[in-house]
Amino acid sequence: MRTLKIALAALMASSAGIAQAQVAPPPIGAAPVQDDQSGGLVVDVEGGMSAPLPILIPAMPTSAVTSTAAGSTDDLGRRLAQIVDDDLRNTGLFKTVGPGAARAIAYSEVTQPNYAGWSGGQALVQGYVRANGNGTLTIGCYLYDLAAQTELVRQGFVVAPGDWRRAAHKCADSIYTRLTGEGPYFDSQIVYVAEQGPKGKRRKQIAIMDQDGANHRFLTNGQNIVLTPRMSPKQNAIVYMSYENRRPSIWIYDMSARTNRRLVDNVSQNFAPHFSPDGRSILFSMSVAGNSDLYRIGTGGGQPQRLTNAPGIDTGGSYSPDGSKIVFESDRGGTQQLYVMNADGSNQKRISFGGGRYATPVWSPRGDLIAFTRTGGGAFRIGVMNAGGGGEKLLTNAWGDEGPTWSPNGRVLMFFRAAQGSGRPDLWSVDLTGVNARKIPTPLDGSDPSWGPIRP
Amino acid sequence: MAKMTTSLVLGLALVATAGCAKKRPAELPPAPTENTTPVTDGGESSDTLAGRLNEQFKREVTSDTIHFALDQYDIDSEARGILDSQAAWLVAHAEARITIEGHADERGTREYNLGLGDRRANAAKNYLAARGVSPTRITTISYGKERPIALGSDEASWAQNRRAVTIVIN
Repeated sequence: MRTLKIALAALMASSAGIAQAQVAPPPIGAAPVQDDQSGGLVVDVEGGMSAPLPILIPAMPTSAVTSTAAGSTDDLGRRLAQIVDDDLRNTGLFKTVGPGAARAIAYSEVTQPNYAGWSGGQALVQGYVRANGNGTLTIGCYLYDLAAQTELVRQGFVVAPGDWRRAAHKCADSIYTRLTGEGPYFDSQIVYVAEQGPKGKRRKQIAIMDQDGANHRFLTNGQNIVLTPRMSPKQNAIVYMSYENRRPSIWIYDMSARTNRRLVDNVSQNFAPHFSPDGRSILFSMSVAGNSDLYRIGTGGGQPQRLTNAPGIDTGGSYSPDGSKIVFESDRGGTQQLYVMNADGSNQKRISFGGGRYATPVWSPRGDLIAFTRTGGGAFRIGVMNAGGGGEKLLTNAWGDEGPTWSPNGRVLMFFRAAQGSGRPDLWSVDLTGVNARKIPTPLDGSDPSWGPIRP
Repeated sequence: MAKMTTSLVLGLALVATAGCAKKRPAELPPAPTENTTPVTDGGESSDTLAGRLNEQFKREVTSDTIHFALDQYDIDSEARGILDSQAAWLVAHAEARITIEGHADERGTREYNLGLGDRRANAAKNYLAARGVSPTRITTISYGKERPIALGSDEASWAQNRRAVTIVIN
């Protein structure tokens, strides 16, 4: 995979960890930026769904209409605003008036908003597009509080033309973060299994796409059954299971070299790979003589370290964000239930006690919750519970929901859903509050999503 | 050695005449597994030597498939009868090596079902080994819920899909 480089020019700002580049100033002189949330507008992520914030997102004007590899800058300005519109609207927290409906603004207006001239919104997103001499694009991104008549966000992004969509996602992330206080998640990627064909012989391929379904690409050719891809927290590799040579085992795909190698050198079935938070090791299951246990191996391979040895199927492991603990599922007590243990395998204890079975646990990136699939009563449902057990809440109620994965900010869960008898799953997402269930567009059917981290 | 050769030749002869008056064993199982295409991606097609031997195996044993109860992997009395016939055939055809595919129905989660299919394949393997088939002749593979043979989403289909299938690979 090509290494994408995005230079984020925080025109004013300060945030460490973001590659900053000195760029030309915005069209008109800078105003102060608040990094905290002391401004007037706040969106409540818990209660906001019932009263979405009206927000205006006019097309982003350009300083000079220029033809670029990503298209003409005036056309780009409309498409950028539309992506910001889609990102914000899809959270369920905003009622957007996008570039198709909002009045067009002049370039000079971007940093001098006509506060009194707008109606129908409480917040206003303005931005601009400029083609730079070196072939890059600069995208400015501003958020205004229309009632208080204050500027809440000022960001600029310098990108290669091929990364123009990422600038829009970064802009939307800045606005979302400023208004909700939650971490960003729009500029991220999903790796999943793209599926097609008859139910008895599905053709499966690993595919990767942006969080919103754009820039879709297949990574395997469909010759072998491939399952459960997971993206490295470092975003440099994907680990997955393949039936290549009729030997079900874990493979690791290097995203920059675009090469594959078998990770576990063992004839026994090995499956259910999950990255550690530092991206340096893989937690997985291996079946020996009908008994499946959890193991850990470095991403470079070598001798696996065995972590569980109870009779039964131990699988579906996931690390806590600090890497100190692992949640996994085991049927050692009779049916699938969730257990937590230390990363070295010690102190294993059960945390799920409701009816039915609990499977596919995944630890929230925020550390406080564990999402899972709960089966029973003819349904497969997605739920969450406290990391220590208890506080269980089911977020979906359908015939076949399975395999949750967390958004990078721990606010949204993606999973796959199949209707009874269809054999054709699709990717869906749902907010942590259990509302705003949404189908994610994919060119084929989709399963086993894994949500990657926010991109640098 | 002579015996092995004889049975192999006999097997081929049987297949060669299969197009004419084909004599089926009395206890041939009903339709589900009696299809012409192999169940697995990996199954040899019937025009190879291994494929023909597998066809012979399927004709001469009670069934190539045993079934399991929901989330179970124990070998019930019906499965024992089937595996006994497979063991007898395998003892008589000491040259044959087999792979046992373990499968699960769609009402389990994906990763768990990979473990469950492995468990079922190994339960069948252990039973055959106890009946005198050397475990070195037996490999196993789990397909979890990836390769259902019955395509419905109902109890009858799921019961058919919870299975272990024995395939002669040479």
